[in-house]
Amino acid sequence: MATNGIKIAIVGGGLAGLAAAMKIAEAGHAVDLFSIVPVKRSHSVCAQGGINGAVNTKGEGDSTWEHFDDTVYGGDFLANQPPAKAMCEMAPSIIYLFDRMGVPFSRTAEGLLDFRRFGGTKHHRTAFAGASTGQQLLYALDEQVRRHEAAGKVKKYEHWEVLSLILDDHQVCRGLTAMNLQTLEIKAFPADAVIMATGGPGLIYGKSTNSMVCTGSAVSACYQQGAKYANGEFIQVHPTSIPGEDKLRLMSESARGEGGRVWVPRQKGEQRAPSAIPEKERWYFLEEKYPAYGNLVPRDIATREIFQVCLDGMGVSGENQVFLDVTHIPADVLDRKLGAILEIYEMFVGDDPHHVPMRIFPGVHYSMGGLWVDFNQRTNISGLLAAGECDYSIHGANRLGANSLVSCVYGGFIAAPAAIEWATNVPHNGSDGARVYESELQRQEEINAALIKQSGTENQYVLHQEMGKWMTDNVTVVRYNEKLKATDQKLLELIDRYQHISINDSNLWATMALPHARHLKNMLDLARVITLGALNRNESRGAHYKPDFPERDDENWLKTTIAEYSGEGPVFSYEPVDVSLIPPRKRDYSKGKKT
Amino acid sequence: MSAHLRTSSSTSRVPSKTVEIHIRRRANPDAPQTWERFEIPYRPNLNIISCLMEIQQNPVTKEGTRTTPPVWQMNCLEQVCGICTMVINGRARQSCSALVDNLEQPITLEPMSKFPNVRDLVVDRSQMFDHLRRVHAWVELDGTHDLGPGPRMDQEDVQERYAYSRCMTCGCCLEACPQYEDDNYIGPQAIAQVRLFNMHPTGKMNRDERLEGIMEDDGITNCGNAQNCVKACPMNIPLTKAIYEENRETVIYGLFGWLKR
Repeated sequence: MATNGIKIAIVGGGLAGLAAAMKIAEAGHAVDLFSIVPVKRSHSVCAQGGINGAVNTKGEGDSTWEHFDDTVYGGDFLANQPPAKAMCEMAPSIIYLFDRMGVPFSRTAEGLLDFRRFGGTKHHRTAFAGASTGQQLLYALDEQVRRHEAAGKVKKYEHWEVLSLILDDHQVCRGLTAMNLQTLEIKAFPADAVIMATGGPGLIYGKSTNSMVCTGSAVSACYQQGAKYANGEFIQVHPTSIPGEDKLRLMSESARGEGGRVWVPRQKGEQRAPSAIPEKERWYFLEEKYPAYGNLVPRDIATREIFQVCLDGMGVSGENQVFLDVTHIPADVLDRKLGAILEIYEMFVGDDPHHVPMRIFPGVHYSMGGLWVDFNQRTNISGLLAAGECDYSIHGANRLGANSLVSCVYGGFIAAPAAIEWATNVPHNGSDGARVYESELQRQEEINAALIKQSGTENQYVLHQEMGKWMTDNVTVVRYNEKLKATDQKLLELIDRYQHISINDSNLWATMALPHARHLKNMLDLARVITLGALNRNESRGAHYKPDFPERDDENWLKTTIAEYSGEGPVFSYEPVDVSLIPPRKRDYSKGKKT
Repeated sequence: MSAHLRTSSSTSRVPSKTVEIHIRRRANPDAPQTWERFEIPYRPNLNIISCLMEIQQNPVTKEGTRTTPPVWQMNCLEQVCGICTMVINGRARQSCSALVDNLEQPITLEPMSKFPNVRDLVVDRSQMFDHLRRVHAWVELDGTHDLGPGPRMDQEDVQERYAYSRCMTCGCCLEACPQYEDDNYIGPQAIAQVRLFNMHPTGKMNRDERLEGIMEDDGITNCGNAQNCVKACPMNIPLTKAIYEENRETVIYGLFGWLKR
C-alpha cells in the first residue's frame, strides 16, 4: 500500500487514466480507479491508425520540433504552444515505452519500429500495431495496471459511475461520489486528488464514432460544480466514417496514410460500378485541390471538402457518400497494415474493400475542447486534474490524426506527478471533513430519488435523439448563427421537457434507464456550452467553420473560449493563447509547409 | 447525414416487414429466467444493438404487454471492446456485429451461460480478468522511465504475437468450451495470453511464473481438445495453437524445471 497515505482517485480507465494510474502506483501511492466498463473495454480500443512520435528512423529529417510545428499549424494556432511542444518532445519516449511493454508494433526489415504517414504531415511519423493501435496500447497499460493491482496499489471500481466531485468550503476537491451500476448504491470516496480521464462527449451528437460511454457526463458534472470548460465549440468531424443505424463506425485515416484515395465519379448520376469507371472519369478532389498533401490534408479540411461535394449533389449515387479506395494497394500490404479496419468495413457493410471502394461520410469524432487545465494538467479547482480527450490542451482548433493517443499518455504522465505533488502538500481535511462527504452524498441520492419518483409523458431516449439530431445538423461541419441560436432554444426546450421524463424501468437492479437519465441532463448542459461557444465565435478556424465569417480572425479570436456554469447557462470569457514559440501563420495545404 | 450503404446481400431470405426477437430475461441473479417476445419494424442494415435500442425505448412485448426494458451491455459497437457478447441464435458472439439480415428469425438472445447472470443479457466476466492476473499477463518493466527502445523483432514474430494480442476478453471461447465450467479449467483465453507474453523477448524472462499459473489443478491439462474455442473466437485467434505450444512448454518445464532450483 501507499508509503505515506496518499490516495488519488482516477476517473476513467482509458489510455489517459491508465497512464496516470501506472505512474502513481509506480511512485508508491494508492489509486482508486473508477470506470463505467471494465477498463480493458474503454473507448481507447477504437483508435486504429497509430501514435505519433518523431523518431526519425526513415531518414526524412523529422524532428520533435517538426512534429510540434505540424501540430500547432494543423490546430490553426489555437493551442497553447508550450504543452504541445512538451508532448511532441515526450512522444518518442512514449512509443519506446510501449515497445518495451510488448506492444506488437509493426516492424521494418531490420526489426525496428515501422512508421507510416498520417494527415497533416509530410513525414512517416506514426507507429502502428496493425490497424488496431489504440486497442494494443490500451491493453499494454491495462496489463501494467493489473500488475500494480496484483501488488495492491491500485483498486479498481469497475461498473461504478462517478456522479460528482466532493468540494469543501474552500472549493477544494476532496474526493468524489460514485454510483454502483448494479445496486445503484451511491458512495462518497475521499481522495487527496482527483484526475478526470473520461474521454470525449460524442454521444451528445446521438450517433458518432465514439463508444457508448462517451457522454461527457462526469466532465459536465465537474463543469456544473465550477470547473472551467474550454474551447467546447471545437468538435472534430472525422472525414471517413461508415454510417450505421446505431453508430458511425470509424474508418481510420491510416487507410489514406497507406495510399487510399478519395474520389467521386465526375459524372453526376453515374450508374456504372466503380471499377468500370476509367481513371480520367474519376474526380480525386482532395488531390486536385491540395496537391502538396492530397488525401492527407488535416481532418477539418478533408471533412469540409467531402461535405461540400455531397452538398453539390456529386456524392456517389447522389447520396451523402464518397469513395475511399484502397483497391489499388497490394492485398498483402492491406492485410498486414490495415487488416483490422478493412474487416470492420466488411463485417458491417458486406463489401470487401480489397475489391470494392468503400463508401464513407464524415462523422462526429473528437472534442478538441474540454476541461480547462494549466500546463500541468491542473483544472481551476484545486485538487482536480484532467488528462486525455476530456481536457482541452494540445490540439487547438483541430487535432491531427494519431496525436490523440500520444496526448492521452502525455496528459496522464503529466497529471500523475502533479496530482502527487498536490496530494503531498495539501493540508488534510479538518474536523468538518465528514460533513462535506455526507452533504454531497445526500445531494446525489436526492437527485436519484427525484428521478425515480417523477412521472411524465416524455421519453428520455427520444429526447436524446432530438438533441443528437439538432446538434449534428447545426453544430458540426458548417455553422450559421441563426441555426446555432435555434439549436440553443431547442436545447432549452429539451431541458424543460427533461423535467417530465419518467424512468421506464420499474426494476432498478442494474437498470440502464436511471444512469442514462443522469447522462442526458449532463449532456444537455454541455451541449449548450458547445453551441453557444460556436455562436459567439464569429470566425472560421480549424473545425469551426462559418460561411458568414470564412476567414480566421487572429485579431479578435486568437483566444481560448472559457465557459463557466451558472444557473442561467454558461458564462463565457476568453483568455489569450500562448503563441510564444511559433508565430501564427495562415494555413495553406495546397502548398508545402514553410516554417 | 444518413446514407444507405447496404445493398441486400442475402438472396435466400426475403426480409420480412418485422423482426421478431425472443429475449431470455432475468430480473436479478435470484429471479427465475423467462422468455419474452418482441417485434419491431424491419429496416435494412439493422444489427442486434439497434433492435435492443428500439425495444428499450418502448418496451412492449409482441403480445402488447408493457414490460421492463431489456438490459444488456454495449460500448464500442465495432467489435473491439468485447462487452456486448451474448448468445444469439444459440451461438456466443458480439451483438454489435450480428446483422439481422444474416440471422434466422425469430432471433433468440440469451446471456452467456458460463458466467454469473446479473440481469437479462448481462453477465459478470470478472473471472476472466482474474485469470489474466494469475498468469502474470504482462511484461515486467524495470520502470516507466525512458530506457530507449525495446528489443528488435522480426515482423513475422510480431505478426504471430499480434494475433494473440487482439484478444478482447469477450468469453466466446469459454462459452464454447465443454471443459470450462465451475472453475475446473482456466480456459483458452488465459493460455493464449501466456503464449503472447512467453513469445516476447523480455516477457520470456518470466516464463516460469506464467507456466506455473496454468499448471495448477484447473490448468492446461484439463483441455479436452474439443477445439470449439478456435471456431468460436471472433478475432480468429489461433487458440488451439497456443494450447499446443504451452502444453509443450509446461511438459518440458515439469520435467526439467526443478533443475533450475
